[in-house]
Amino acid sequence: MTAMSSHDPAFTTDLAALTARLRLFLPPHCLLLGEEDLRPYECDGLTAYRELPLAVCLPETEAQVIDILRTCHSLGVPVVARGAGTGLSGGAMPHAQGVVLSLARFNRILRVDRAARLAVVQPGVRNLAVSEAAAPFALYYAPDPSSQIACTLGGNVAENSGGVHCLKYGLTVHNVLRIRVVSIEGEVFEIGSEAPDAAGYDLLALLIGSEGMLGVVTEVTVKLVPKPELAQVVMASFADVAQAGDAVAAIIAAGIIPAGLEMMDKAATAAVEPFVKAGYDMNAEAILLCEADGTPEEVAEEIARVTEVLTAAGASDIRVSQSEAERLRFWAGRKAAFPAVGRITPDYYCMDGTIPRKRLAEMLSSIAAMETKYGLRCANVFHAGDGNLHPLIMYDASQPGDWERAEAFGAEILELSVALGGSITGEHGVGIEKIKQMCVQYATPEIEAFHRVKAAFDETGLLNPGKAVPSLHRCAEYGRMHVHHGDVKFPELERF
Amino acid sequence: MTLDDIVSAVKAAHDAAKQVPLGDSHSPLRIRGAGSKDFYGGLLAGEVLDVSGHRGIVAYEPTELYITAKCGTSLAEIEATLAEKGQMLAFEPPHFAGATVGGCIAAGLSGPRRQQAGAVRDFVLGVKLIDGTGQVLNFGGQVMKNVAGYDVSRLIAGSLGTLGIIAEVTLKVLPKPVAETTLVFACDAAEAICRLNEWGGQPLPVSASFWHDGQLWLRLSGARAAVEAATSKLGGNPTVNPEKHWNSIREQTHPAFAASPLWRLALPSTAPCPELDGLCAIEWGGSLRWYAGAVDGDHAAVRAAAASLGGHAVLYRAPESLRCREGAFAPLPPAMLALHRRLKKAFDPQGMLNPGRLYAEF
Repeated sequence: MTAMSSHDPAFTTDLAALTARLRLFLPPHCLLLGEEDLRPYECDGLTAYRELPLAVCLPETEAQVIDILRTCHSLGVPVVARGAGTGLSGGAMPHAQGVVLSLARFNRILRVDRAARLAVVQPGVRNLAVSEAAAPFALYYAPDPSSQIACTLGGNVAENSGGVHCLKYGLTVHNVLRIRVVSIEGEVFEIGSEAPDAAGYDLLALLIGSEGMLGVVTEVTVKLVPKPELAQVVMASFADVAQAGDAVAAIIAAGIIPAGLEMMDKAATAAVEPFVKAGYDMNAEAILLCEADGTPEEVAEEIARVTEVLTAAGASDIRVSQSEAERLRFWAGRKAAFPAVGRITPDYYCMDGTIPRKRLAEMLSSIAAMETKYGLRCANVFHAGDGNLHPLIMYDASQPGDWERAEAFGAEILELSVALGGSITGEHGVGIEKIKQMCVQYATPEIEAFHRVKAAFDETGLLNPGKAVPSLHRCAEYGRMHVHHGDVKFPELERF
Repeated sequence: MTLDDIVSAVKAAHDAAKQVPLGDSHSPLRIRGAGSKDFYGGLLAGEVLDVSGHRGIVAYEPTELYITAKCGTSLAEIEATLAEKGQMLAFEPPHFAGATVGGCIAAGLSGPRRQQAGAVRDFVLGVKLIDGTGQVLNFGGQVMKNVAGYDVSRLIAGSLGTLGIIAEVTLKVLPKPVAETTLVFACDAAEAICRLNEWGGQPLPVSASFWHDGQLWLRLSGARAAVEAATSKLGGNPTVNPEKHWNSIREQTHPAFAASPLWRLALPSTAPCPELDGLCAIEWGGSLRWYAGAVDGDHAAVRAAAASLGGHAVLYRAPESLRCREGAFAPLPPAMLALHRRLKKAFDPQGMLNPGRLYAEF
């Protein structure tokens, strides 16, 4: 079903004129036009939102990317860049009057430099392929989103992707040294460098996470880090989610920054365990996975401290992975949480709010109340270390009204995230999905500033129109109040 | 001094500038905290807007790993507060003479620990910014992960006040390492660069490095077991009073930084020594090199040498007249300069804030 289409009166494309121009420099196998060829591109990982583009371009060289962008710029045609299409916020959903620019054929690793600990890759290279290429040198690329077998570096840059290890190793923005970007006018910019602190404004920080709104990435240089000699996971069970949340704070308070710190609630482990057989405690209300990495001595020291803290925090059961196989099994459940939930429900809707860790119990009890309110189930997986919650709302798209309730459920979670002092998105991006909630997180002056930033790169607004930053008109229509960093009116009142 | 006072000052200056006929010069604002980095960057122009009175820690949550402070808060106060809970600003910024947190973020200068922990911008979670029209804007927040909207907070780091006045900033903080040891090795610069890169590729807890005059200092920080294991693996000699040593590098009171002009070359860590005289020091695992220059030296040659190795050169400490004439920072290609001007305009349409401090053109 199509939850929403991007009918946008601002753009009307003359398809014949566009294809005539594109054919001047794109060979036939680089240009898709027929409906059956366009259909696979109608959505990304957020399948509730679909739109057919007018054309899909699959360039093979940077010169072709430049020509495509120049052509679209001169004809006023919207352009939506796309990697593997695994994004969860509809950021790569096509524009009905536009072109999809797929970077799928930019799939070469150009250089792995062992001495300098970096890799230069094309944007269509898969995240995991970078670590695989670096493995012979005992190096790897740290950000590891759950979709890492499929998602691409270009998409990671666009979304500032995280993963389960980003508390210690950072997000994409902390691990990318340089990008090469083509503007909508076809101008090439080198942003960042292999040397630190590139001259001028930190455009690398601005571009990373900009959701394809500012430019198209044609090359990425990433930092590689030495692979720790050893990693071990502690798995702890809790009879109460609030207790598990407090345990997370206690670990941080003890001065420990674990390599990974994840939580799953009972609904999530119940979905995962029959599917993955990771050995999760099905009786626990919440389980925590806490990973230590480093030298064997260092890991032993940290595991001992973590175990002590978790015991004091009231864990009902603690297990430490005794082998690499067992460690991977513990993680397999977490990494497979989304598909596992996908097995027990026809459809699910994954949220991505972040909150201060100390508000976790509040958030989870509110979500429980929302399950009743909307008549839908929800499983929660949580990057507990950095406060990033992924509630998975289960629904059935074939039931009339189910999607609408799921969407309202999700919106309420996101707005509560903002009210608790957090954000509507930690790592999935705003895309088309959370465009309305941007009006809750930001007030008019910030949204206007975002539009001015966009205009500095793309004056005519052709790159990914309608995504990431809402128009003020849209915010007025949505009519929700902007909540500033947890300062809500009447904070003493219960909201849900 | 309240936020409203600063806003009023900016609005008044902005309104006055709008009255000035096109083409006439107007009086911009020169934003100043403690003035500890007056030496850094280009022209100091305009009427001083002293924001050091807007001070105080707004929020500090040790278990959430963040601190929020007003711009005039001294780094010393922030670090003392963090130390009470065993935490730190991991990018180890220099204090010089009483630096404020606002100036620290605006200048974007990181200290020795950058090679392990990351740069200033890596720790910026959110800012409250006053733009060139006197509008208060809130970007980012207090959570570790936040990808809603463009990451303006990090863009502000190192922008030298040209995009807005940092009224308040939220920084990620980290626990202090449990153990720290410093080792010293005798070697020449080329050997130091080679060793630093070799060690960088191994899982060693190297948190800082400094080469000067035939000696290489290496600081190891982390879990006690990790530091001990690395110490026995690497050899080298222990040093006396390592804290004082690293502080002299962080604060640049070490004789290695005494030259003027002093060039700061940021290079790929593996880059060989450029064909330049006057190498004073190497930091950050080989990626930061300091050179003594001459007032009447060939400045273009220094920039060219850095550029040819894939890096860039900053005329770091030099007489203001020289920095203004040569530009403190490496020149930007025309398209990049045009983009910078458009961004500047997006936040400061009248060019009210620190004009010329980053580049003479805006």
